[in-house]
Amino acid sequence: MIPLLSVSDLRVGFGRNPEANEVVRGVSFDLADGETLAIVGESGSGKSVTALSINRLVDYGGGRITGGSIKLRRADNSVVDLLTATEQQLTKIRGAEIGMIFQEPMTSLNPVLTIGTQIEESFRLHRGLTGRQATAAAKDALDRVRIPDAARRLEYTPNQLSGGMLQRVMIAMALACNPRLLIADEPTTALDVTVQAQIMALLAELKRETGMSMIFITHDIGLVAGIADKIMVMQGGEAVEQGELNQILDHPQHPYTQHLLHAVPHFASGRATRSDGRREKDKGTEPALKVDGLVVRFPVKSGFFGRASGAVHAVDGVDFDLMPGETLAIVGESGSGKSTTARAVLGLVRSTRGTFSAGARKAAAEQSALPVQMVFQNPYASLNPRLTIASILAEPVIATGGRVNAQTRAKMAALLKRVGLPESSLERYPHEFSGGQRQRLCIARALMLNPSVVVLDEAVSALDVSVQARVLELLVDLQREFGLAYLFISHDMAVVERIAHRIAVIYAGQIVEIGDATSVLSEPKHSYTKKLIAAVPTIDRRHERFEIDTRQVPSLVRPLGFEPSPAKWDKFGPDHRARVEA
Amino acid sequence: MNYLMRRLATFPLVLIGVSVLVFVAIRMVPGDSITAMLGTEAGLLTPAQRDALAAYFGIDQPWFIQYWRWLLGLLHGNLGISVTYGKPVLDVILERFPLTLELALLAMIIALAVGMPAGVFAATHNEKLSDLGVRVVAMIGQSTPNFVLGLLIIYTLSAGFGVLPAMGAFSPLWQDPLRNLGQLLLPAVTLGFAFAASVTRISRSAMLDVLSDDYVRTARSKGASNRSVIWRHALPNALIPVVTLSGIEFGYLLGGAVIVEQIYALPGLGRMVLDAILQRDYALVQGSVLFIAFNFMIVNLLVDLAYVALDPRIRLGER
Repeated sequence: MIPLLSVSDLRVGFGRNPEANEVVRGVSFDLADGETLAIVGESGSGKSVTALSINRLVDYGGGRITGGSIKLRRADNSVVDLLTATEQQLTKIRGAEIGMIFQEPMTSLNPVLTIGTQIEESFRLHRGLTGRQATAAAKDALDRVRIPDAARRLEYTPNQLSGGMLQRVMIAMALACNPRLLIADEPTTALDVTVQAQIMALLAELKRETGMSMIFITHDIGLVAGIADKIMVMQGGEAVEQGELNQILDHPQHPYTQHLLHAVPHFASGRATRSDGRREKDKGTEPALKVDGLVVRFPVKSGFFGRASGAVHAVDGVDFDLMPGETLAIVGESGSGKSTTARAVLGLVRSTRGTFSAGARKAAAEQSALPVQMVFQNPYASLNPRLTIASILAEPVIATGGRVNAQTRAKMAALLKRVGLPESSLERYPHEFSGGQRQRLCIARALMLNPSVVVLDEAVSALDVSVQARVLELLVDLQREFGLAYLFISHDMAVVERIAHRIAVIYAGQIVEIGDATSVLSEPKHSYTKKLIAAVPTIDRRHERFEIDTRQVPSLVRPLGFEPSPAKWDKFGPDHRARVEA
Repeated sequence: MNYLMRRLATFPLVLIGVSVLVFVAIRMVPGDSITAMLGTEAGLLTPAQRDALAAYFGIDQPWFIQYWRWLLGLLHGNLGISVTYGKPVLDVILERFPLTLELALLAMIIALAVGMPAGVFAATHNEKLSDLGVRVVAMIGQSTPNFVLGLLIIYTLSAGFGVLPAMGAFSPLWQDPLRNLGQLLLPAVTLGFAFAASVTRISRSAMLDVLSDDYVRTARSKGASNRSVIWRHALPNALIPVVTLSGIEFGYLLGGAVIVEQIYALPGLGRMVLDAILQRDYALVQGSVLFIAFNFMIVNLLVDLAYVALDPRIRLGER
C-alpha cells in the first residue's frame, strides 16, 4: 500500500540564493495511515521548516523548496506531489486533508475575530457550511476538544481565553474537517506542564478516535515517548537517525541522539538531586535572604471613580529563607505568583505586606549595596541592543553611583572570562552573540555588584536543551565559587531537580509544599505537587494514558479586606512540610 | 458608557485652557481692533475718542475682566459679536462650517479609498517593482506642498482643457449638489493627495507587520485563499494605525485649509480665522478656536471608540 505521505530528499533554502542557503538538506521519510512520527531536534535543526514544507506554508515564510518530492495520497487514493501542486489545489488540501497546530496559541489565533468565526471558517471553506449549520458544527468541534460551555465560548475573542484553552481551540480548528494528517509544531512548548499533559492526552485520544496520522515536532525527546510510533532526529538540516520509538530510545545509534538522551536532563523523581552544598543544621549562619509573610496585591478598580472593589491576591503570605550557597527553586504554573514573588524580593513590584532581610553578608567589605540581582528569562530582550557589552556590564556600577575605572574594567574582563566569553566581547553588541552566550552575559551583569542572592527567573527556559545544560553547569560552578544563593524560578521539573537544594511549590499565590529537594520530588505530599510531578513527561512512560483534567487555577480576585485563613502545616521529616488541604 | 461620561466631563476643562491661551495670545500680538480698523489714522484719534472706541470694542478693561465677561457670555451660549462681520460669532462660524466639514470628509474619503488599497497592494507585492512604484508615488505625494498641486491642477485644466474650476459663491450640497461637487471636488483632491500618500505609507507598513503574524499563517494552514487572508484576516488587524492617522489629519482639516481655500477661492473656516486674526477680531478668533478645539476633541473621542470596535483587546477607561 502506498504510504499516506512520502517525503524524499526534501531540500529547502532561504534568502535570495536558496540553493546556497539550505536549512533542510535531503530529508526523507514515509508516514503510514494512523501513524505518529515525532521529529526531534534543537532550534535551527530544520524540523519546523520540514513541517512547514509539507503544506507549503514555508513559501510564505521566505523559504523556497529547492529539491525533492512530497507525495500525499489524497482521500480518493490519487497521489499528488505537493511541490508541483498549484496554489488552488493547495488551498483545497490545507485544512481539509492536512491540519496544522502551532507553538504559540496566544498569537496563532486572529485577535480581532471571535473563535466561533475562526472555526466556522474551516467549515465554510471545505464543507460549504454557512450560518446556523456552521455555528452548530463549530460548537461540536469545541465539544470534541472538551471545552466546557462551548456554545458561549464561541462568542469569545482569543484574549479572553487562557493559553491551554486557546491551544484546544487551535486543535478544534485544525481537526474541523477531519484531516487525515495533523502536523503539530511544538504544540505544548509555550504551555505549563500540567496543561501540556492535558493537551498531549487530548491529542492521543483524538488520534485514537479519528485514526489520523500525525507529525509531532518537538525539542523535548521526553515528550514523544507518550505519543509517537516513530522518531526522526534532526540536526543541522539532516535526519541523523530515524526508527521505531523503542529502538531509538533504548538503542540510539547516532552520537547526537545519544547526546540528546543523556546530556539533557530527564526528570528522575528526586533521584538526580544535588549532593553538594546541602543545608547544614544549626551552624548559626545567617540566611542570605529571609522573606516573612510576603503579600502582593493589585487593586481591581471599577465604577465611575475607579474605586478599588477588590484585589488580585498575586502572592498571599509567602515565607522562606535562603542560606548562602543554597538554591531554592520556586515551581508552579503561570499565574501562580512565582515571578511576582521574585519581583517583590527585588523591589520591582511593591509588596503590600511582609518583610525581607537580605543584609546578612552586607558586612563583608566587597559586598554591594544591592545584594539581590536578577537574571531574566529572555536573553534576547533583556540586553539593550544599542549598548556595547562593556556599557551593559558597567550599567549596574553606574546605577549604584559607582565610577567606571580600571578596577571596574578588570572586573568586567574577569567575569567575562569566568562565564566563558572572550575579553574581546566587551566592544561588541548583543546581536553578535547566541542565546546561550547572551544568557552568560546576563549572568555576568548580575555578578558585577557582588550580590549575595541571584534571582534566576526562568533563566534557562528559553535556551536549547544542550545549551541549557552548559549554562546550568556554569551556574553551579559560580555558586560554589562565590557562595551565591539562588532563587531559581522555573516550571521545568527536570531542570529544578538538577540545580535545587530545596523546592517550594507555589499554587494560587501560596506555598503549598516546601522542603528538601529529594524528599519533595520523591515523596510529594500535597495533591498539587503530585499533579505537577505526574505531568512531567519522561522517556520511561511510553504510550501511557493521561487523565484529562480540565480544572483551572481558581480566580485570585478577592473582595476588599479578604484575608486567607492562616496556613496549617503538616511536617514530613526534618525539612519537608506541606499545607494541610481543606 | 461610564468611560464616555468621564471623557465628556474633561471637555470643559480643556476648552477653558484653550480659551485662556487664545485670549492671552491674541492680545499679546501688537496692535488692536482700533488700529486694525483705522490703520495709520488711528494715530489721529484724540485720547477721548480712543477711549470711547476701546469701550465700544470692550478692550478698555484688563484682560482677565474681559475674559470673565466673555466666559459669562459663553455660559449663556453667546460667543460675542464679530466686529468685521457685524454678526454673532456663532452665526459666522456656522455659515462657514458646512463647507469645511464637507471638504474634510471628501478629502478623507478620497485618501482612504486610494491610500488603503494602494498600501495593501504595496505590502502584498513587497520589494517588487510595483511596490517600489507605489512607494515613489506616495513619497512624491507626501512631499508636494498642496499649493503646488492646487496650482498645477488649475493650470492644467485651464491651459490644457480650457476649463476653470467652479468659482463664485458657495452653494451648499443640499441646494445644488452638482454645482457643490464641482466646487469642492478639485480642492478635495488637492487635500486628499498628500493625505492619501500618508495613508498608503502607513497601511503598507502596518500590513507588512501583520502579514508576518502567526495568525496569518494559521489562516493559510486552514486553506484560506490569498485574498481572504489579506482582506479578512490581515487588514482588520492593520487598521489601528490608519484610524489614528486619519483621525489626526481629519481633525486638522476641520480647522480649515487656509491655502487650498485661498487657491480655489472658497469661503471656509481657515480663511475666516486668518482674516479674523489679521483684523484683530478678538471675539471671532476666540470663538472659532474654541469651536475648532471642540471638533478636535470629538474626533479624538470617535477615534478612541473606533479602536474598541476594531480590536476587542482594547478596553477603554481601565487603569
